[in-house]
Amino acid sequence: MTFWQRNQLRIAPFYFLAPGLMLFLIYVIYPIIDSIWVSFHEWNGMSKDLLKADGTPKNWKWVGFGNYIDLFQDEDFYVAFFNNVRWLILSLLVIPLGLALALFLNQDFKGMRYIKSLFYFPFVINLVVVGLIFAWFYNPKYGLLGQAFSGLGLKPIPILSDELYATYGIIFASFWPSIAYTMIIYITGLTGINREMIEAGRIDGASGFKMLWHIILPQLKPATLIAVVVTIVGALRSFDLIAIMTAGGPWGSTKVLAYKMYEEALFNFRMGYGAAVATILFLLMDIYIAYFLYNLFKNERGAK
Amino acid sequence: MRILKYLFILSTIFASSISSAGTLVVNSNQSGESSEAGFNAYVAAFEAAHPDIDVQVNLTEHEAYKTAIRNFLVAEAPDVAIWFAGNRMKFFVDQGLFMDVSDVWADADLNNIMSSSKASLSVEGKQYGVPWGYYQWGVYYRKDIFDNLGLNVPKDWAEFKWVCAMLKKNGITPITIGTKYLWTAAGWFDYLNLRINGYAFHMGLTAGKISYEDSRLDAVFDAWRELIEPGYFLEDHATYSWQEAQAPQINGEAAMYLIGNFYVPTLESAGVVDKMDFFQFPPIKPGVGMYEDAPTDTMHIPSGAKNVVDAKKFLAFMSDPSAATNWAKMGGMLSPNSLADAPTDRFQQMGFAMLNAADGLAQFYDRDANPDMAKAGMEGFQEFMVKPDREAKVRARMEKERRRIYGE
Repeated sequence: MTFWQRNQLRIAPFYFLAPGLMLFLIYVIYPIIDSIWVSFHEWNGMSKDLLKADGTPKNWKWVGFGNYIDLFQDEDFYVAFFNNVRWLILSLLVIPLGLALALFLNQDFKGMRYIKSLFYFPFVINLVVVGLIFAWFYNPKYGLLGQAFSGLGLKPIPILSDELYATYGIIFASFWPSIAYTMIIYITGLTGINREMIEAGRIDGASGFKMLWHIILPQLKPATLIAVVVTIVGALRSFDLIAIMTAGGPWGSTKVLAYKMYEEALFNFRMGYGAAVATILFLLMDIYIAYFLYNLFKNERGAK
Repeated sequence: MRILKYLFILSTIFASSISSAGTLVVNSNQSGESSEAGFNAYVAAFEAAHPDIDVQVNLTEHEAYKTAIRNFLVAEAPDVAIWFAGNRMKFFVDQGLFMDVSDVWADADLNNIMSSSKASLSVEGKQYGVPWGYYQWGVYYRKDIFDNLGLNVPKDWAEFKWVCAMLKKNGITPITIGTKYLWTAAGWFDYLNLRINGYAFHMGLTAGKISYEDSRLDAVFDAWRELIEPGYFLEDHATYSWQEAQAPQINGEAAMYLIGNFYVPTLESAGVVDKMDFFQFPPIKPGVGMYEDAPTDTMHIPSGAKNVVDAKKFLAFMSDPSAATNWAKMGGMLSPNSLADAPTDRFQQMGFAMLNAADGLAQFYDRDANPDMAKAGMEGFQEFMVKPDREAKVRARMEKERRRIYGE
């Protein structure tokens, strides 16, 4: 027996994994390591090879933890960080709201499909368009909200230029497409519900909220899981709406970490500093994902 | 065999398109109908004068171009790139990415016919690009509103404030502005600082040599506050982009707008251009010269250019008065070529006269200052315009950023 024949069973899985692993290494692992490496340098994004008169690189300089020290002394960083926290917490509201809509739409009557498709609509629209629509809606002079305020004899609140409300205004806009998304997840989940269990519950006298809590929701657990993950990842990388609706303003008060990273790296030519922001964001996501996976495995083991 | 034949033909076509010395690649940011037409006219005139050269234009949208340029200058340099004068050019010169074109200035006599722009294209006495257009900043105002209320163009700061007070009293927003994208606020800072502290101080400040907590800036913020506190600026201006802030003036609800001449095409399409007029930002402190913001748009040869010989011809062609006239005219700019025809548009005529008489020209805050300083500074200006009581905090933050960037 050759080596190959003896070990075929043990080696074969690696052959099958190889293409996927390669892609993962090139497109995920390498950029992560490279970003962390860049975050220890001062770099303006221009050629790293260019030398100064004294022979040291002109654009690329090792600064150790310098970028991180700067970051922790940067007021903007804390603004962005706490805005991210606001996004995280408030975005979770999307899940019960999506569930409520899904339950509402999960009825059988003629034309329900068309009604459902109307509710899918916000998810189909590009976020840039969503941002524009809401920016117009909030416009204190010509927007619908402003008109409503004036109609009631009140002074319109300039939501997007008020440092207290602007972030909430953007989060609220993000609800529109993301509720539609969680709703889709739940509608799919609801089609997979075991009818026999519902009937059994009914025989035992469960109805209304009790039925929902003890019979429907446990069966929707996989759907809830996906909804939570998608929502949280979405909240952490929220960027497009901010760029469109306020460009991070007024005076930077709606920035989140992802936006700050973009601004520092691409506008201010501070690649190292931007990479440091990215690294922090990555660590935050990591903590969350690790916690999440830990719970997931624990539950699965419990189920078995 | 057949396939081989095709391949052969293809390869010869390919090879010929590369080896042809007469192809000139130009990266342009002249997006938008009139700008594109203006640039195309220049290219057509150049090709007519040099029939052996084939100009290939790569057009990128104006804003996207600003981030794209850093990539293409390094990775795939064109033969000519359009860009901006001042610190924005100097950044790439320091990187060794723009070529010294002092010889073009000498050979095409640009030293004489473009002497007014020479300083903004020079780094340590050498020229690194050729300007193709510049434009004025100033106050665009509703003449009909002024006439109705019997107001005259203000000649000094006291009159300017009085005009604002009168407009406000009559239910008109004195000054419209949209600061969502920040830079419009920098226009106010530039003018207040240029009028109060003069050119040398302003350029020192934007070059990072002067503290934002310097006591000489107190007067600038005080003057600004004299307009902010009585509510002379458009309400909720941080909500609006500069385009959205046009609406109140076009609707006749606001009277004045401190902005660049690129505003005029909107006034024309909105049909209010006949009701509009222009005045120079009034003097504030006696004895300080009349310095103006006049952003200059330019052409450069990247160090990685392949066809340098033709690229220099392309830049030198700006010395041709009629080509220079047409490009500037169609693009809504003034030509830096002193032999070019005088503008026919009345706003351009006023700008031309004003800039020719100016004591010195600044580019604009975000073109004179470093990008990261400009960003921090302009956020500060916006915050100050909404919350003037935070002046000390805002200036401290700008100063912290200046120290980080320029050391000291």
